[in-house]
Amino acid sequence: MMTTMTQVNRQGEVWVFAEQTDGALSEVPLELMGKGRELADTLNVPLGAVLLGDKLDGLAEKLIAFGADKVYVVADKKLAAYQASGYTHVFCELIKKHNPQVCMFGATAMGRDLAPTVASAAKCGLTADCTDLQIGDHKAPGSDEVQKNLLLQIRPAFGGNIIATIVNYDRWPQMATVREGVMALGEPDPARKGKVVKESVDLSKVKFPLTILKTERREKKVNLKAARIIISGGAGVGSKENFKLLWDLAHCLGAAVGASRAAVDLGFIDHDHQVGQTGTTVRPALYIAVGISGAVQHRAGMCESAKILAINSDRSAPIFGIAHYGIVGDLNVVLPKLIKAVRGGASIEQAAKQAAH
Amino acid sequence: MPYNCVVCVKQVPDTKRITGEAMTPEGTVNRAALPAIFNPEDLNALEEALAVRELFGGTVTVVTMGLPTACAVLREPLARGADRVVLITDRRAAASDTLATSYILSCAIKKMKADIVLCGRPALDGDTAQVGPQLAEKLGLPLITYVEQLVGLKDGVLHVRRNIGNGWEEVSCRLPALLTVMETANVPRPPAVRRLMKTKKARCVAEVAKAVEDQMPAAAPEAKAAETKKRADELAKAGLLIEQWTLDDIQADLTWCGKSGSPTKVHRIQAVVLTGGEYHEYPPTDDGAAQLISALIEDHTIG
Repeated sequence: MMTTMTQVNRQGEVWVFAEQTDGALSEVPLELMGKGRELADTLNVPLGAVLLGDKLDGLAEKLIAFGADKVYVVADKKLAAYQASGYTHVFCELIKKHNPQVCMFGATAMGRDLAPTVASAAKCGLTADCTDLQIGDHKAPGSDEVQKNLLLQIRPAFGGNIIATIVNYDRWPQMATVREGVMALGEPDPARKGKVVKESVDLSKVKFPLTILKTERREKKVNLKAARIIISGGAGVGSKENFKLLWDLAHCLGAAVGASRAAVDLGFIDHDHQVGQTGTTVRPALYIAVGISGAVQHRAGMCESAKILAINSDRSAPIFGIAHYGIVGDLNVVLPKLIKAVRGGASIEQAAKQAAH
Repeated sequence: MPYNCVVCVKQVPDTKRITGEAMTPEGTVNRAALPAIFNPEDLNALEEALAVRELFGGTVTVVTMGLPTACAVLREPLARGADRVVLITDRRAAASDTLATSYILSCAIKKMKADIVLCGRPALDGDTAQVGPQLAEKLGLPLITYVEQLVGLKDGVLHVRRNIGNGWEEVSCRLPALLTVMETANVPRPPAVRRLMKTKKARCVAEVAKAVEDQMPAAAPEAKAAETKKRADELAKAGLLIEQWTLDDIQADLTWCGKSGSPTKVHRIQAVVLTGGEYHEYPPTDDGAAQLISALIEDHTIG
């Protein structure tokens, strides 16, 4: 499909793809509404949500409550289950008609399937897994021309050793995907007013090549995003058996157990527990990192924790660079002592008194 | 019935094994500090193709784009049993982003008769996982991402299980189609030692020319060209010449290649610097643990 390239439209809206499955919105588009609101306000343009599917009752209202000024709705039986071909066709038709300047997608299985396909068809740029999005100016090297008010697409690259800021100024819309949990979920305002724009797109010539035979969905076993305290273990924990100490401390503190990708890859714990760029992004009151060196992919998922406690035998581990509290030592020694300190209420009071003096 | 599989692979810097400073003093990425390896999940894509050939017959072709040094990632598939390997190398393809890369690959794949195009899911360096879906769009092929298991293949209809993050989905699709393969899909077979020894010698013409240049720098250009041709012919006879294509060979429209075909531009690159707040360290002792817990209680973090 060779569509003509989209022109730079300074009045274009900011759009969020409102991913839904079986009539339920995913959490990412709601998170993206907060960021989208901020970008749209900076650019002084409306924030639009693009809602595709079949049975979509009540979803537009929810998107408006979370910040959308307009919700573009395309309801069609053929769109009931996601397929790249149909969704891409509809999304590109809407881009052609309304010429938005920014399109954001959640970096979910669906978003990571759809966004690149749309970018390819619309021949525009796309940056995956942005950890932040801002509006700013860009001056190309060797040129005096300043491109004003571009979408700055910020993401770690090269295994997290660098942070790259990407722009696209000549072929719009500017597109980005953002992982779940990276943007904070805002408070909905049921009194907010917005416009529901019903669109119809002709799908008679679009092929739907996939037959979906079976779908199994499962809930995540742990909800790290809701936890006030998280104790995460990394490769430094050493074994599944040692991880038990983390569970013990978690039980004492009423905390959830998380893990770095390394610990998940080593089979110490299930992927549902993974914190970081390829796992869940969390913002607890206290994040206890045990045997985690603190690679940027992991830090990206936990650096906004209110307090960070690092426990590691290697004082030079990067995790200490962002920690508020630290204990340098073997976790097999340190964790039992912490468990003892938490359990021994009396000794805590004693210590508190001592600390007060 | 036999199937022709085309596997797209990429040479990537091994970002997990950084051997030096990731950034040069000039603020650019120091690729020299990063050893180049075969993108790990592309091996899973290759394994899936080899398995299809084993079961149904057909061919496995592997294609990559890059500098002649990227031939390293083509010798590996040869050792693992690929029938044919192709390097797309052209200075005008430099600085291609995912959009331009997928365009160039699509031009190359159009020249091959592919029933199944396979890509590894994310590349280790960019980790964007964009080229696969974009390639499917450019080729007009059905896209099946996150393939975790090839359940069946019969009379040109493929049946796979894909991971959709919060669960699984089984889909079927009439070929041709493009698949992106997860690392959980299979365990790639190790290369056979005999093949490995043989295919180590595989080279593309550019590599041969460079070797000739290094060995006989003083020779006349004609002599060098003749020697290069002689060696290339010998390699071809032994089935060890890596095909080398330019953008002209694949009739690519240069507007959509390299820098001009890449809408995304780098605005800024920053080395990662850690900034911490106030930091308190406690000794790994009973007292230290108690002091830490009381400090956490005192600032209302726990309790």
